[in-house]
Amino acid sequence: MAKLDNQTVLRHLQNRFADHIKQVSEPYGLLTVEADTTHILEVLEFLKTDENLQFGYLTDITAVHYPDLDKEFAVVYHVHSLVNNVRIRVKVFLDGNYPAIPTATVLWNGANWMERETYDFFGIQFVGHPDLRRILNVDDMEVFPMRKEYPLEDPNKVDKKDYFFGR
Amino acid sequence: MSDIKLAEAPPGVQGSGFFATTLDKAIGLARANSLWPLPFATSCCGIEFMATMGATYDLARFGAERPSFSPRQADMLLVMGTIAKKMAPVLRQVYTQMAEPRWVIAVGACASSGGIFDTYSVLQGIDEVIPVDVYVPGCPPRPEAILDGVMRLQEIVKNEPLNRRNSPEYKALLEKYGIQTNG
Repeated sequence: MAKLDNQTVLRHLQNRFADHIKQVSEPYGLLTVEADTTHILEVLEFLKTDENLQFGYLTDITAVHYPDLDKEFAVVYHVHSLVNNVRIRVKVFLDGNYPAIPTATVLWNGANWMERETYDFFGIQFVGHPDLRRILNVDDMEVFPMRKEYPLEDPNKVDKKDYFFGR
Repeated sequence: MSDIKLAEAPPGVQGSGFFATTLDKAIGLARANSLWPLPFATSCCGIEFMATMGATYDLARFGAERPSFSPRQADMLLVMGTIAKKMAPVLRQVYTQMAEPRWVIAVGACASSGGIFDTYSVLQGIDEVIPVDVYVPGCPPRPEAILDGVMRLQEIVKNEPLNRRNSPEYKALLEKYGIQTNG
């Protein structure tokens, strides 16, 4: 089957969701759209099950922290249509105080660990996730380390202290 | 005349048919020349250690003939590589499973200080969780440097008093790390 182009994919999405698909761009040829919290599951389900699109493979779920925006967190879904040889990126912006979004585990079992990782590093609450706990960091960690307010460096590091260098 | 070099006898009193020295020195000599290593290799320093164990550098020349992959029979824990904070309890457990006397060499920048990984997920040196006897610098250190570390440890072992492991200072050291001591 021939490669589906971005405009066709976008037309299918806009026919179905109209104004709920916003901020369309194509950085480096990758179709990128923005959805909102209430419609994200419908959008993903449509992408996965629509017979023209068949975005059957969930490549990744991650998040980005933008401390200067009103909606501080962006959850990013990368989905891939192996049949049509095309990828799409869906972003959802979330409120900083209580970033919550419905879980995608109802569509892909593979979303389970991706969402745990995103929770682990950004503290995004995936509502309905069967087992939302830390996956990579130590269990007793008290922060979400990829949020910009937490320092990247370990506070116990001593060998970079100024007095070792006569400063 | 054989060119095989034997370990030097410790200082003592020698006469016809007898040689007297202290028990500390005799046991220290035996221990220093039969250190059984436990390699705890997590990254590239472990590769250098493989070369150290190999025929060219041959760690076995120093009596470390038998790499022990069980902590129970090992004397010398060689920690080689980045220790993530999630790995720290594992390393600690390996150390506590070793029988006394036990020594630790931190091989490479990561095990010694966290190295380039100045980040929230990496232990900034294994001496945050277990006591260390010898630090080998390098990223990674060459096999010669690892051998040098082992030889320096041999000097420490040779000169360690027999009652050190029962001393209050040693117990205080372990307690500082939250490691239980018997008695």
